[in-house]
Amino acid sequence: MADSPEKFDSKSRYTEGRGIAGAWEGETVTRRRLMEGTALAAGGIATMAFALPGLGFALGPIFEDTNPTRWQDVGPTDDFNDESYVPRVINIDPEIGDAGKTTVYVRKFNRDIDKVIKGQDIQPYVVISTRCAHLGCPVRYIQASQKFVCPCHGGVYDSQGKVQGGPPVRPLDRFYTRVTGGRVEVGDRFSLNSELERFAPRDPSNHLDGLWQYIYPSRPTT
Amino acid sequence: MRLPTPPLPKALRRSPPRPGENDRRNGGGGGGPATKPTAKDQAVEGVAGVVGWLDERTGASPFLRGFLYRKVPKGTNWFYTLGSATLFAFLSQAVTGVFLAMYYEPDPTRAYESASRITNEVFLGEFVRGMHRWGSTVMIILIFLHMGRTFFFGAYKYPRELNWVIGVVLLVLVLLMGLTGYLLPFDQRSFWATVVAVNLNASGPIVGPYLADFLRVGSEFGPTTIARFYSLHMLLVPGLIIALIGAHLYLVAKLGTTAPPWLKAEKKDLLREEV
Repeated sequence: MADSPEKFDSKSRYTEGRGIAGAWEGETVTRRRLMEGTALAAGGIATMAFALPGLGFALGPIFEDTNPTRWQDVGPTDDFNDESYVPRVINIDPEIGDAGKTTVYVRKFNRDIDKVIKGQDIQPYVVISTRCAHLGCPVRYIQASQKFVCPCHGGVYDSQGKVQGGPPVRPLDRFYTRVTGGRVEVGDRFSLNSELERFAPRDPSNHLDGLWQYIYPSRPTT
Repeated sequence: MRLPTPPLPKALRRSPPRPGENDRRNGGGGGGPATKPTAKDQAVEGVAGVVGWLDERTGASPFLRGFLYRKVPKGTNWFYTLGSATLFAFLSQAVTGVFLAMYYEPDPTRAYESASRITNEVFLGEFVRGMHRWGSTVMIILIFLHMGRTFFFGAYKYPRELNWVIGVVLLVLVLLMGLTGYLLPFDQRSFWATVVAVNLNASGPIVGPYLADFLRVGSEFGPTTIARFYSLHMLLVPGLIIALIGAHLYLVAKLGTTAPPWLKAEKKDLLREEV
């Protein structure tokens, strides 16, 4: 214990050296500081204990696959040809009634029209999604002009689903297909770039060409 | 002990005893003849007693007096009521919203039916839903008028910049209320507007796709999308709005309001007074 004020050093490592009343020998942190720190740490831990699980709960769907693969029957192979599109309704989400349904246009793969991408297997049927690649409005196929057109902002696609005009940033999405027991089945969605190369499904408005594609990451689950 | 006078209108305040009148406050028995207190006297005294009891225990009266009876600059006019008008629009939204929540079901297969049940079957349902639906538009118009008043009167300048910033955050939150509320009736317009709005969010670089997945609860519009919008619409965003309105009002009371810009000429008089 210091007995005269001259011995106090305000920069001392020890509370005793700083002349704090009631200091213990070898004590470096005042009890007040320790209590403050403990209270703050306890409050922080208590807050994190509910905030982090809550946040994870709310953000979870970003990191998990919310749409497991479901193969949906759209009819016998005889229903479809390799020249024109046949509209079919599939269920994107069976739990939400009409809101989960969407139209797709189905056509048999045609070696004369459809491009074969190196390193990517051929889908036996071309199933084009009607979700516009601009902001997701439903496009419609006009047989007379052989174009897909969007009612919202005037997006126009050719019969392959490639962009011909308007704001869309990439071709129309497609779905995986397979033939089981003479019937056509439609599976997961995939997106395409302007060369019709296959990518993991993206949201409308996400570019898949040039430098733009790098600012739109794919989902962690795909 | 004499209590501080609560900030009551004059009519409710207890008047001091007239000479010769029996002063009941000092235990009665004065010089004058004992008169029976009238019903009005008793009522006034009862109210004053309750207010005094509360005031003694909360110390609220200096705060309330400062908040409600604060001085306003010369030239204060009707444009200065736009903020209060916005506040009342918000209160109307909050009250009608709470009651709509008693009948609304945030489920994709029930939402449309419950909303049309509110309109067609519930007593006054069409009126309350209409107030909420049109009130949202009124509130946004009022916000912009309030913002315009603040801008054109220069009321955003030092030391009120922080209040402008809070106001802008409030504007964004209110627009978010409009966005999330739009889905809830779950008709064709609601659904497609929300699809487009979520995809607009997805168009943001880097975080956009994640934001869209957060709003939609996954990669496609799903069974819990409405529940999420509902939760944002009636819990998270209103909570933030209430907190920020509190901060906004605190700063208004703390900093006071500005005089309209055309009153600059009076500065001379003020200077002369100070000298």
